[in-house]
Amino acid sequence: MPGGRLQDMNTSTPSIRVRGLRKEYGAHTAVDGIDFDVAPGETLALLGPNGAGKSTTIEILEGYRRRTSGDVQVLGEDPGHAGLAWRARLGIVLQSTGESGAFTVREQLAQFARYYPNPRDVDETIAAVGLEAKAKTRIGKLSGGQRRRVDVALGIIGRPELLFLDEPTTGFDPEARREFWGLIRRLKHEGTTIVLTTHYLDEAAQLGDRALVIAGGRVVADGAMDEIGDPSARVPIVRWREAGVLREERTERPGELVARLAAAGEPAALEVVRPSLEDVYLGLVGEAGKQSADQPEAGDGGTSTRGRSRRAEQQEVTS
Amino acid sequence: MSTAILGAARVGYETKGYFRTWDQVFFTFLFPVLMLAIFASAFSSQSIELGPGQSITMADYYLPAMLAAGILLSGVQNLAVDIATEKSDGTLKRLGGTPLAPTSYFIGKIGQVFITGVLQAALLLVVASLAFGVTLPSDPGSWMTFAWVFVLGTTTSALIGIGLSSLPRNGKSATAVIVPIVLVLQFISGVYLQFSALPEWMQNLASLFPLKWIAQGMRAVFLPEEFAAMEPSGAWDLGWVAVALGIWLVAGLVLSRLTFRWIRRDA
Repeated sequence: MPGGRLQDMNTSTPSIRVRGLRKEYGAHTAVDGIDFDVAPGETLALLGPNGAGKSTTIEILEGYRRRTSGDVQVLGEDPGHAGLAWRARLGIVLQSTGESGAFTVREQLAQFARYYPNPRDVDETIAAVGLEAKAKTRIGKLSGGQRRRVDVALGIIGRPELLFLDEPTTGFDPEARREFWGLIRRLKHEGTTIVLTTHYLDEAAQLGDRALVIAGGRVVADGAMDEIGDPSARVPIVRWREAGVLREERTERPGELVARLAAAGEPAALEVVRPSLEDVYLGLVGEAGKQSADQPEAGDGGTSTRGRSRRAEQQEVTS
Repeated sequence: MSTAILGAARVGYETKGYFRTWDQVFFTFLFPVLMLAIFASAFSSQSIELGPGQSITMADYYLPAMLAAGILLSGVQNLAVDIATEKSDGTLKRLGGTPLAPTSYFIGKIGQVFITGVLQAALLLVVASLAFGVTLPSDPGSWMTFAWVFVLGTTTSALIGIGLSSLPRNGKSATAVIVPIVLVLQFISGVYLQFSALPEWMQNLASLFPLKWIAQGMRAVFLPEEFAAMEPSGAWDLGWVAVALGIWLVAGLVLSRLTFRWIRRDA
């Protein structure tokens, strides 16, 4: 346990170690041999389109699913065989569920706190997710975003060393998302290791130390947030209008280019754009999508309509 | 040790949740009381006669039947529908991600069945006695029989309910799958229809299932001794009641042990 709190990521054993992980459903391969580590205290953003194998991978790490092959260690144990003492060290926030919600927020948290050896204070946890005013309200009567905060509260009530967050802010309004980010930063400061999946790339950029991008069951990028992807994809873009035509140029020295343009008179519609994580990400999964374009989508219970529209976007960006 | 403590904590939680779920309360808790009231009122002018001077009212006859139905509903119908729903709506998946032992979860469920079952039986006895003038037994021997038939019947019923909870494919279909099973059993086992009036093949079929034996044990407690003559063998056969329920208890235990999962793995 103390090893899990060490700040030196190089010398301590990783919180998660995955080698050659594969998961097949009949003829379909959902996860096709992936490798990665998560160091103690690190926040990993696991990114990828719906059907990429994210949820399958996470559920294998959480001990919910069995793998077809490969080696997986989570907090030093094989999640396929680990016991209740191991579970007590994990926090899991699943994708939203439809529980009946007959209990109040406080009752539910007090009940779950009993399951853990060293739980957080119930009222402090309710305050941390901003539900003080709803503590005595039945969960069934809360809004979607409020219920999601209860999910997060239940995930952290046991003071986990390792926290899994599966699309935690779906249904949050912008203010609630900002507050949630603050909560996650506090957990990071406490040394919690976090694995986060999200469709919001700004969220991944805000919270993640590292991104792991999965597409078609394979890792297409693994690195620090500002390093993943092709370096050329990060080169700033200068756009301006010249004789009624929109011009665009990629350059490492945008200031120089702008100065040169300005010397000939104020350029019309001038802008300098630094590609966001989203642009880099869409480039990555777009390429992977082209390579396995006819691969059927399955296994990743996400909403398929959103999956389709996202793929449509990617094609627009990459074509 | 902590498994037992957490199980006890789950009993309170489950019982609170049960009484906040209106449809469960109506269809598994109040339903036998309602049926007793309907049968006793609708047939208030009729009686069942065994011979001259030996007759009982419909309320007398239906009290043991509804106690048996209550045991079946509080155990089988309640748990099979409840657990199937929890499996489908994500409750079990969430619990499976915590260090809660499945044994504690089951202690919570079975404890909840016992608490609600005892309250239901008490309500049936009070309503039968106060509203419909049923004379309750006064000898300790009858109440001893009542106690063991109730405990054995309720435990068996709860375990079968856990076992059957894996039958519905999702929570929405749970009621549609479980209720017909429970309803047919009640019709062939002498709950709604007088058992001695059923054809022999139906009596034999019912003898394969536990409800017939629970109902027979309850009749032994609440009907006059002379009515034993109306049973298929002409006796209450309490020994066989114990054997049949014991076999179903073991079967229910094995079935729940084999079929229960926190989630449908790899479905």
